Amino acid sequence: MADPYTFELVSPERLLISEDVESVVVPGSEGDFQVMANHAPVLATLRPGLLDVVLPGGKERRIFVRDGFAEAGPDSLTILARQAIDAADLDKKALAQEVKDAQEDVADAKDDAARDKAQEKLDSLKLIQETLGL
Amino acid sequence: MPSLKDLRNRIASVTATQKITKAMQMVAAAKLRRAQEAAEAARPYAERMDKVLARLGRWIDDGQGASPLLVGTGSDKTHLLVIASAERGLCGGFNGNIARLARQQARKLLSEGKTVKILCVGRKARDVLRRDLGSHIIDHIDLRGVRQVAFVNADEIASRLLELFEAGEFDVCTLFFSRFQSVLTQEPTMLQLIPARLPESGGGDNAESGPRAVYEYEPDEDEILTELLPLNIATQIFRGLLENAASEQGARMTAMDSATRNAGDMIDKLTLLYNRSRQAQITKELIEIVSGAEAL
Repeated sequence: MADPYTFELVSPERLLISEDVESVVVPGSEGDFQVMANHAPVLATLRPGLLDVVLPGGKERRIFVRDGFAEAGPDSLTILARQAIDAADLDKKALAQEVKDAQEDVADAKDDAARDKAQEKLDSLKLIQETLGL
Repeated sequence: MPSLKDLRNRIASVTATQKITKAMQMVAAAKLRRAQEAAEAARPYAERMDKVLARLGRWIDDGQGASPLLVGTGSDKTHLLVIASAERGLCGGFNGNIARLARQQARKLLSEGKTVKILCVGRKARDVLRRDLGSHIIDHIDLRGVRQVAFVNADEIASRLLELFEAGEFDVCTLFFSRFQSVLTQEPTMLQLIPARLPESGGGDNAESGPRAVYEYEPDEDEILTELLPLNIATQIFRGLLENAASEQGARMTAMDSATRNAGDMIDKLTLLYNRSRQAQITKELIEIVSGAEAL
């Protein structure tokens, strides 16, 4: 049984979650990482992806996040996301729209660096579509 | 001397006006509460953003190869003033105060020989400034259809700014809005967005946690910073818009409160005048009757 620690998820509009959790899988821009209690201090940017939150007692929650960063410390994890939606509330149409937008971004990108970035975003969005089976 | 009928009409019309201002005051009070809640709810995000930026800022103080969003373009010839105002009037000095501060700043910059460009957010500031600074207004963002300012709105403005900045349209960007202090006082404020002023990591920050843990950055500090700076601009604008929304409702509430009170005073005065002239007329009629009877 992992020790619980404080997890906060903040979007620009409000504080979405502030509670004790056992572990969270964070979709970092350089790869996913799992944060448990007593994690080494890390500051990482996010790619669009799913947060896998495990609450004490083993209950799970999935939250879709986009653009932001995570700050992990020994006794807390704070995630600031430009957008955060509970995976259960995520609807197929909205996600399809996101994918379409991302595709347009790829097509519109002016230079290679921008195109790579947009492509990365598109890939992670597609991955979410697959994982959620939408 | 207005006739009795005129007075009656005036009393009726002032009463109708009072009803309207009273209703507007109550609506503003309800909206103010909502706007305040929204501003409150947005605070944690901005605070944490500040904290992280302050920590990152410590690494980047030599300005070597840092993002132009942070250190500027190296010149300060062209200034962009982003002026956030309300979409509607009838809110006391709210729009006027913001416009006055912006105008002062624009005049100052112009007299220093700088180029000034103005981007208006909200209709009212544009209406006020169009007369004397109309040629400087480059664009206008309409928020009329927006009931509650959402982050998306701020984000749109931010990406517009970034586009202009990348195109080399301006060097320094300042946001004008009204800071909400209380229902009675709203202070017009200017806030420099580009180059960004990183929040100071004051002594209190260090004292609270003793020796700070060394953070690992993923990707490295520079990259995180380049990613965060645009987000920070959006956050600042969002904060400004929310404060502005709360200030607007506060100002409207106070303005409508005094309008209601004024209307009340006016009704009292008119009623007094009405009663006096009514009695004067009755007296006059009586005198006529009495003197008519005496003449017989």
